Amino acid sequence: MIADFGYGVLVVAFLTALYSVYAAVYGELKKNPPLVESARRAMLLTWPLLTLAAGMLIYLLVNDHYEVQFVYEVTSRSMPLYLKVTAWWGGQAGSLLFWSWLMAAFTSLVTLRKWDRDREFLPWVIAVGGVTMAFFIGMNVFFENPFAKLYQTFNGNIAAYTIQPANSILFTPSDGRGLNPLLRHPGMIIHPPMLYLGFVSFVIPYAFAMAALITGRTDDRWIRITRRWTLWAWLFLSAGLVLGGRWAYDVLGWGGYWGWDPVEIAAFMPWLTGTAFLHSVMIQEKRGLFKYWNMLLIVLTYDLVIFGTFLTRSGVLSSVHSFAQSAIGPAFFAFIGITLITSAGLILYRWDMLKSETKMTSMLSREALFLFNNLLFMGILVICFWGVIYPLISELFTGQKVTVGPPFYERATSPLFAALLLLMGIAPLSAWGHSTLKTLGRAIWKPAVGAGIITAILAFTYTQNVIALVGFFLIALVILVTLYEYGRGALARQRSQGENIFLAFWNLTGRNRRRYGGYIIHISMMLMAIGILGIELFQVETQGTIAIGDSLELSGYTIKYKEVASWDNPGAGVNYTRAVVEVYDANGNLLGNLHPRKDFYFDTQQPMTIPGQLASLKDEVYVLLIDWEPINQESTTFKIFVNPLVNWLWLGSLLFFVGVLIAAWPERDAERVTVRTGKRAHQASAAD
Amino acid sequence: MKVNKFVIGGLLILAAVVFLIWSSTVSASEYFLTVDELKAKGSDIVGRNLRVSGAVIGETIQYDPQTLTLTFEVAHVPGDQALIEDEGGLAEALHQAVLDPARSRLKIVYVGPKPDLLRHEAQAIVTGKLGEDGIFYADELLLKCPTKYEEAVPEQAASK
Repeated sequence: MIADFGYGVLVVAFLTALYSVYAAVYGELKKNPPLVESARRAMLLTWPLLTLAAGMLIYLLVNDHYEVQFVYEVTSRSMPLYLKVTAWWGGQAGSLLFWSWLMAAFTSLVTLRKWDRDREFLPWVIAVGGVTMAFFIGMNVFFENPFAKLYQTFNGNIAAYTIQPANSILFTPSDGRGLNPLLRHPGMIIHPPMLYLGFVSFVIPYAFAMAALITGRTDDRWIRITRRWTLWAWLFLSAGLVLGGRWAYDVLGWGGYWGWDPVEIAAFMPWLTGTAFLHSVMIQEKRGLFKYWNMLLIVLTYDLVIFGTFLTRSGVLSSVHSFAQSAIGPAFFAFIGITLITSAGLILYRWDMLKSETKMTSMLSREALFLFNNLLFMGILVICFWGVIYPLISELFTGQKVTVGPPFYERATSPLFAALLLLMGIAPLSAWGHSTLKTLGRAIWKPAVGAGIITAILAFTYTQNVIALVGFFLIALVILVTLYEYGRGALARQRSQGENIFLAFWNLTGRNRRRYGGYIIHISMMLMAIGILGIELFQVETQGTIAIGDSLELSGYTIKYKEVASWDNPGAGVNYTRAVVEVYDANGNLLGNLHPRKDFYFDTQQPMTIPGQLASLKDEVYVLLIDWEPINQESTTFKIFVNPLVNWLWLGSLLFFVGVLIAAWPERDAERVTVRTGKRAHQASAAD
Repeated sequence: MKVNKFVIGGLLILAAVVFLIWSSTVSASEYFLTVDELKAKGSDIVGRNLRVSGAVIGETIQYDPQTLTLTFEVAHVPGDQALIEDEGGLAEALHQAVLDPARSRLKIVYVGPKPDLLRHEAQAIVTGKLGEDGIFYADELLLKCPTKYEEAVPEQAASK
């Protein structure tokens, strides 16, 4: 009953979204403000409707309605309440609903705020948001109904149907399959919503870009309006990626955080174009350059977001993530094709309006370096895209499916990442408009010498690995350049304002939050790079089967096996086996106890391996319990990793969020959006 | 003339990307085969990088914790999505593959922790090399466990 009602609400939401598209477009074209207003109201109605549908789905999830296919697939009686609720996005149908729900919330937010200021754009923003939303709700309505119920037909087959087939009875399993234990992890509970928040919020800048093209207001107004949206989108997407990595590190038990899995890449690709976009819009704002390019980037980001959702949700590609196989692939493909062609058509239609206002002159000017930064991001994107679709291409042309694995991505992208680091080191020192080797050299030599000294020290004390040393040199260069720039600004402020140095730093950041937020983000990226270099180049591992009281040694650590115990938790439906090991350093000092575990979930009949981790800035000892003898406890098998520097990765990501928050936090006078016209930009460049 | 240097710079980056893609594809590509295709190619592909997909046969799973050596067999499942849909979806295709003794099978050896998802009728996607002995030596193991409703059938009686 509730399920049927929920489906009905979805259908109504679908029609409402379609209506809002129709009313917005037709009302705007016919200059009929009441119709546009009704489009806005229809858009505002979609969110309560989808909230109602989601509420009913959550009701079914929480109350064990296993006759509903989705509920059966993602929950079980033994799961705690919060997991039953978050199971909403634990499977395909539910996560599509979650997508639409977020989309409705964001589009409503846009139409609620600043309706008057952005009146000429908003009908088109509603239309673009509405089309996107209608597509996703349509997926639920036509292909992946989260409210479909299980029916057994007369020949005994059980399948899910939206409408009860003739001669069938409702089929109610007594318990659900339960969410895969691997997904019952805090990281996995927040990871999908973060990723989806990032995905969905990128639709807003895209919608404004399309509105700018349609209305012909192709100056940087749309960029200024959506600057913060873009930053928040980027923050959420980055958070989603980092949480996914942390989840993999904690749960998958291979001591890694990133596997170049097609689905990881699917989320990484819009991040690449989004990052390029964040950089290149600055050039349009400051210099009136790169207008086509920014349009192209936001269109690509939008379609990569849809493509990313499609990859996660289809099953065209083999991956740990694609637990779903379904018929939604062609629909996604068609939608991506249509939006790509429409957007490209609009860009061509406005081609003349998107001409640059000035020309680039100097190879070392800030804008030229930004251009190279963008090209490098695009290069990494092309590599990723090629890797993901290569199996399809090779099958098409040779009839033989050929795939590429992590070595492909690592080999192909690492030189480009290194070049990006180099640019990150140079760009903050170069000037807008014009820079020469001489001016740049004068600015960079001090940080470069500093980085050289640090690298030399590392070469004597830490590693002789050439790749690592090149990496550390670049990282040191970026950090020193950034600190140098930051420090120069603060010192100047200290002198001119008479503030103490901390206050000067604080006020400097506050005065130009975009710039200094960006610097903090650069430094945080470097900390993450330290962690990535550490685990990629210096990870060591060992394994052994030992008796209680025996030890294993790895990389100067001694891991001593103390005890193992096994017990049931019937309420949670889990059996726990937990070992206790002690970790000693090279001098025999006890560093701490670790508790590697193996949990066994009865509902899914699946074990889950949980590592014991001892973290420090230097490295992390990561111990897995592989196997044990329940009776004599004489031989228990452990696998141990030592992951050098890995915690810099997680520390860096925390600093990263601080940086983005500084850059993205609304300003008090954010209501005033100043628009530079092409004319003024010309004057500015003439003055340079 | 001023534009030219940017075009040259861009072309250099483009050339670098093309080179990186080409050389990395050549060095890191893996044939993605079904068990039948692998058997058909036979000794031609010994020692090459391969990726094979199949259905895990539960009773063949053996694990030696002393050496972390995992061995199991997989049965042939069709590689084509359309064929899998014809068999009634992935879960059913895996079920059929495991039941059918006539399906060709491949023995896999993997050294490392036993993956949590490894079980009867899971889909295994293994990356590695085929040995001279006809055994597949895997470096990487991906597993998928699709949904099936039949497992819940006996409980239907109980819940009525």
